[in-house]
Amino acid sequence: MNNLSSASEYGLQMAAEIIRSAQKVAEQAEVFMVSSRATPIQFEANRLRQVQTKERASVALRIFREGKIGLSTASGGDDDMEALLGMAVETSQFGLSVNFQFPSYKEFPKVSILDPEIEKMAMKKMVEFGEELIARIREHAPEILCDVEITKGTSSVYIINSQGGEACYGKSFFSLGVEGVQVRDTDMLFVGDGECSCRLPSSVDILADRVIWQLEMAKEKAAVSTGSLPVIFTPRGVASALLSPIVMALNGKTVFEGASPLKDKLGEQVFDKGISLWDDATIAYSVGSSPCDDEGMPSQRLPLVTNGVVSNFMYDLRTAASAGTQSTGNGRRAGGSFPMPAISSLILDEGEVTFEAMVKDVEEGLVVEQLIGADQGNILSGDFGGNVLLGYKIEKGRIVGRVKDTMIAGNVYQVLRELLGIGREAEWVGGILRSPALYCPRVSVTAKGN
Amino acid sequence: MRNRFIDAMKGHNAEYIEIHFEESHATNIGYKGESLEELSKTSNSGGNIRALVSGSWGFVSFNRLDRLQDKVSLAVEEAKLASESTFSLFPVDPVVDTVVSRLNKDSTAIPLATKKELLDKYNDIILSSPRIQSSRINYRDVRRRVFFANSEGSYIEQDKPDLSLRLTAIARENGELQQAGVSLGSKGEFSVVEKLDSQAKEVAERAAALLSAPQVKGGEYSVILDPVLAGVFTHEAFGHLSESDFVYQNEKLQQVMVLGRGFGGKHLNIVDDATIPDLRGSYKYDDEGTPTSRTYLIREGILVGRLHSRETSAKMGEKATGNARAINYLYPPIVRMSNTFIEPGNSSLEEMLGDIQEGVYVKDWYGGTTSLEMFTFSAGEAYMIRQGRLAELLRPVVLTGNVFTTLENIDAIANDLEMNQGGGCGKGGQSPLPVSNGSPHIRIRHCVIGGR
Repeated sequence: MNNLSSASEYGLQMAAEIIRSAQKVAEQAEVFMVSSRATPIQFEANRLRQVQTKERASVALRIFREGKIGLSTASGGDDDMEALLGMAVETSQFGLSVNFQFPSYKEFPKVSILDPEIEKMAMKKMVEFGEELIARIREHAPEILCDVEITKGTSSVYIINSQGGEACYGKSFFSLGVEGVQVRDTDMLFVGDGECSCRLPSSVDILADRVIWQLEMAKEKAAVSTGSLPVIFTPRGVASALLSPIVMALNGKTVFEGASPLKDKLGEQVFDKGISLWDDATIAYSVGSSPCDDEGMPSQRLPLVTNGVVSNFMYDLRTAASAGTQSTGNGRRAGGSFPMPAISSLILDEGEVTFEAMVKDVEEGLVVEQLIGADQGNILSGDFGGNVLLGYKIEKGRIVGRVKDTMIAGNVYQVLRELLGIGREAEWVGGILRSPALYCPRVSVTAKGN
Repeated sequence: MRNRFIDAMKGHNAEYIEIHFEESHATNIGYKGESLEELSKTSNSGGNIRALVSGSWGFVSFNRLDRLQDKVSLAVEEAKLASESTFSLFPVDPVVDTVVSRLNKDSTAIPLATKKELLDKYNDIILSSPRIQSSRINYRDVRRRVFFANSEGSYIEQDKPDLSLRLTAIARENGELQQAGVSLGSKGEFSVVEKLDSQAKEVAERAAALLSAPQVKGGEYSVILDPVLAGVFTHEAFGHLSESDFVYQNEKLQQVMVLGRGFGGKHLNIVDDATIPDLRGSYKYDDEGTPTSRTYLIREGILVGRLHSRETSAKMGEKATGNARAINYLYPPIVRMSNTFIEPGNSSLEEMLGDIQEGVYVKDWYGGTTSLEMFTFSAGEAYMIRQGRLAELLRPVVLTGNVFTTLENIDAIANDLEMNQGGGCGKGGQSPLPVSNGSPHIRIRHCVIGGR
């Protein structure tokens, strides 16, 4: 069993007790308990502004009663287990029909997700991290105003069910994010990036260097033509523009209800041959990792797209049962809701082209780092689009400056069908995606004024 | 509760302390297609403490109401860590009050069976329509009671119920997918989600119609926005920029957002008003205990006001407007909108259409977002305008613009103001906060629409 840092003995007993009383009125029962403690430290406009401590604990109860599923959740101090069971019984009257069993796993892959250094780290040291990051960036751009958030935390999860399944693990996390804004009259430039891991970063350098690079590229302003142009998505651009439609289409739930454009494409070549995408909950110290999912299914490394061919969809227990397949260990709970298929960490394999070589190849085009409004289109059908919040114009093989008042639009199934290049270097974005840059031949670009 | 809070705040070395506590009970019902995805009940209680010491804040959130003294001490310690130059919060008279919500049909008192039956009906209507592949229905009601006390002697208990419903239809044909939806909300009043049969039918028909609609060619157009989308536009394009926590520490931005600056024509008036009865963004006191107010942001085209917390107003030398709001006890209050809208003008939709040779009429709403300067928002429904008439239906479009030029480019405002209660607002990780927004029909010249 993994480290059990803050799930108290009391909590475990309570969970076992809920299962026992639930079994008196229900065929099967499952308790999911999570407690967390986080310390966010916030800098605003280059200055330390607020230090916070957040403690939270919640318990969710799922029961199968008279062949139907009931669910209730509670957080708060009153430990009113009877009320919890009462709400679960009430909802079960109108609930979904049971089509699966709770799993009886007790053994799970060993996944390293706890760094004891994080809990030990003093708040003062976190403040120093932030100060150093801001100082590094301001050295390069004295006028910039940075908002920085540094969060350390730990959480513990305990899952037990009436079928003998039991899982327990502790996790740590540390995130470091910066957003800088530079205002010149009514012109605003936003730069920023973040990293997130279960381990302490060794320094702020990687993050600082990335932001400084953005500032360097955005120094001049440039106007791009309206039309169909080659676009290079940086790892951050991939996350911002292209990821949501693909994740949604690979979600077993979307597939099962027939709403995914990939629903009949298993085993078919849909993307460029260079594209291989994994969901991996076993990567050491990734924030998406854990020994099991939120339903007690063991974690795995799941190929989603292999050399451009769709190879798997992501499933939780219930969706898998409805679709006549197995859970892939992707059952995740958001807040107090039912487990649904969701990603752990997405890994897009590297290619062979350097970023410099991609840029050099472009006569006129864009580098896209971030869109706003990217998720507002018809993402179910693969459409993406939005205003380029941070992006640069490429002219004759060179980045010449930042574009503004520019929109891009496209469809991932067209844009990723054939690529001109996949980057050699992959980067983590927000702790949940590791991706190289992608060089797309044609994306529709609309610029104001031409 | 009151005495417990007062005791906990005693004897600490802080300029200001406040305690929040809340109890909530929520019902969630969700469908994806034929399958009921979620039917759950949640009870939640928790609170937080904020302490101000030498100009910096400490914040502690918790689930258990025990050891309050220690929690206050921790918040004070945290604040000391960050402390810098002292300031005084904008003065607000201490108030002791209890605000109880009065509803004709309280959603939390409606039996689960009735809610389920109603939603089943809407789902059946959508799913039985031609060319409909699937549906999404998300219903949520919350009964929420919040308790607030501060070291200046205020003690306020408020009911803050909320209800939201979104119906979405997904149509499919020849591998093409299109969707259409409608969002509704109220302060817990259940009758707003009753009798929606015809709206459910209309949503399904609209999704199916989009399957055969063409995509607009990207470019600059004269655009007419319906009241729903114009409300989202008001919220995204201008509302966020008037939240003074973006401005108060940024001197450059203060120069840009200086009161008296012209933003649009004389016909343009934008208001944020939490005092209007029974809208989703309405409340009597904000989460710092400040009474709410009606705030003109733009009057006759000129920037005349902005939204404040007690801190931002003190630091900018303006009046607190009662706009410090937190989504729940896990977060400190930040400056947020309430009910934000463009006041009616004297044009009409017919007049606006009249002189457009080629333009786009956009309706309804998928979403919107802003970077302050630039914004995008997406329409759920769009039509070409040709020779002053509505022409063919288009695929949903995304509009984008720069706030400083787009407001200037509004050249006509109709007299048909409507408030939209659907959706919710996200900021600083706090989403969705109940707000409403609204507008009459408006026309914007030279608006960029993305397309392929």
